[in-house]
Amino acid sequence: MTDDVDRNRRHFLAVATAVTGGAGIALAAVPFITSLKPSARAEAMGAPVEVAVGSLEPGEMIRVIWRGKLIFVLRRSKDMLARLPQVTRFLDDPDSTNADQQPEFAVNEFRSRKAEFLVVEGSCTHLGCAPLEQFEVGPAADWFGGFFCPCHGSKFDLSGRVYKSVPAPTNLRVPPYRFIQDDVIMIGFDSGAA
Amino acid sequence: MARIESEIGTPKGGFLKWIDDRFPFTKTMKHHATEYYASKNFNFWYFFGVLAFVVLIMQLITGIFLTMNYKPSAAEAYASVEYIMRDVELGWLIRYMHSTGASAFFIVIYLHMFRAMLYGSYKKPRELIWIIGMLIFFAMMAEAFAGYLLPWGQMSYWGAQVIISLFGAIPMVGETLVEYIRGDYSISDITLNRFFALHVIALPMALVALVFVHIVALHEVGSNNPDGVEIKDHKGPDGVPLDGVAFHPYHTSKDLVAIIVFLMFFSGAVFFAPEMGGYFLEYANFDPADIRVTPEHIQPVWYFTPFYAMLRAVPDKLIGAMTMGAAVLLPMLLPWLDKSRVKSIRYRGWLYKSALATFTVSFLVLGWLGTQPATGLYVTLARIFTALYFFFFLLMPYYTTIDKTRPVPERVVWHA
Repeated sequence: MTDDVDRNRRHFLAVATAVTGGAGIALAAVPFITSLKPSARAEAMGAPVEVAVGSLEPGEMIRVIWRGKLIFVLRRSKDMLARLPQVTRFLDDPDSTNADQQPEFAVNEFRSRKAEFLVVEGSCTHLGCAPLEQFEVGPAADWFGGFFCPCHGSKFDLSGRVYKSVPAPTNLRVPPYRFIQDDVIMIGFDSGAA
Repeated sequence: MARIESEIGTPKGGFLKWIDDRFPFTKTMKHHATEYYASKNFNFWYFFGVLAFVVLIMQLITGIFLTMNYKPSAAEAYASVEYIMRDVELGWLIRYMHSTGASAFFIVIYLHMFRAMLYGSYKKPRELIWIIGMLIFFAMMAEAFAGYLLPWGQMSYWGAQVIISLFGAIPMVGETLVEYIRGDYSISDITLNRFFALHVIALPMALVALVFVHIVALHEVGSNNPDGVEIKDHKGPDGVPLDGVAFHPYHTSKDLVAIIVFLMFFSGAVFFAPEMGGYFLEYANFDPADIRVTPEHIQPVWYFTPFYAMLRAVPDKLIGAMTMGAAVLLPMLLPWLDKSRVKSIRYRGWLYKSALATFTVSFLVLGWLGTQPATGLYVTLARIFTALYFFFFLLMPYYTTIDKTRPVPERVVWHA
């Protein structure tokens, strides 16, 4: 009886069945994995938000939520802006060379459209904690005011630029935004001139 | 008359036989309990497997009852936990049993794993039991992590933020992976909902299945013992290992005492110190999640702190995450890193003894450092002990080879 078995044929059928079954399982996994992506509603929550910044005092910061993320909007005083060049030598990426961390328009010392207004995500680029504002100078010699992350001690300057030798690898991320009026910012919307 | 007597004399079997003809009930009971022979010289360290099983059952039952009143949505989660604590009759007790149970689970499992390291229980032929055990440990960590998000307190939220962000450190796919885990651009209602699904369905099922496989594998090769000798090498004429006694009733009755003592300690924690000074339940978690403010001192629950300390010891995001991952995964290789000819620490030389002692101290110190701020001296200490932790594993093939072992007895050492 067993002599009649065509082993090649059996082997072919076994492999073909296994491959077909395997492909079937892989394809069947697609809808489940796809469903893990941010849903349409989650994306819709990403609708731009408008922030009126006219009432902000120089040196005052507000926190707004966009896409469920914390966004810092800081109106920097003249004094704060004057401190930016002093801190450069302590920074890891003072010229914002990492293109992932800000839109094109923010590749400058201020990392913003208008020097006065800083708009950054309030999420430490290390592990996502919300950095604390510590805008006073000192007491450390390299501290000219900025953001300090309480979780693992990462430091950022008043433009959200990361210090050297801290756990955070990159500058704070600048979200896409533009000024729709002189004193109203729309966050989450980049197209069109400033 | 004779015919009737013979009929009476022949047991028909009744209900049990009816079952056994259709399901291997008696066979299974014999194989896993009444005729499963484990060494008669089991000591204190051999209680923790049974205790882990008890805690698992307790977590499943209390979990089911918590689910009846908990609401997995960002808007309602925190309030529903408060509702369980205040308004549900004895809800506080069930919740404290569950939260204390989580910590108890890790205490028991860490001691259970330490037992394996003391007596070489991971060594051939028990490598697979050890690997399955490690998978149980991973599933437990995932289960604990997912569960910790559910109360939607400050530490739930920011702890999850930090740990999920770790995956973002993976080059190329990291950011996408993080979005797939959260299901959103930040930790949100969507994240909470899916963590709930993982915590109450997927991971418990995986845990129960793995525990089942763990026990099946154990009962196939037989339990190790404090002397690390194979009791199956010396069997009596009846085929029963000479140094073995049946799991039931002998080990079960002894384990019952351990379970009662354990439950005394457990009840003490549940009734008198359910927060355990902020270690079992962290104080920051008594504030509802607030996306705007990170708590000043953020730290995971105590059972994750050794690994957390290692993460913080490294000043680079990717290497830090990799160090942490490696620290969790490395023990899996123990069966092959350990080249010693003997299993039990009783017959090992001073090299392994000091290595294990160093490892134990490192793990405990790292656990403490993980609860402290990551500044100055603490970071230096964390680096030293992280190095020691890794040296224990990486140098193991070397020091277990040259270590002077003592001769292992033929039979277990046992004093009646």
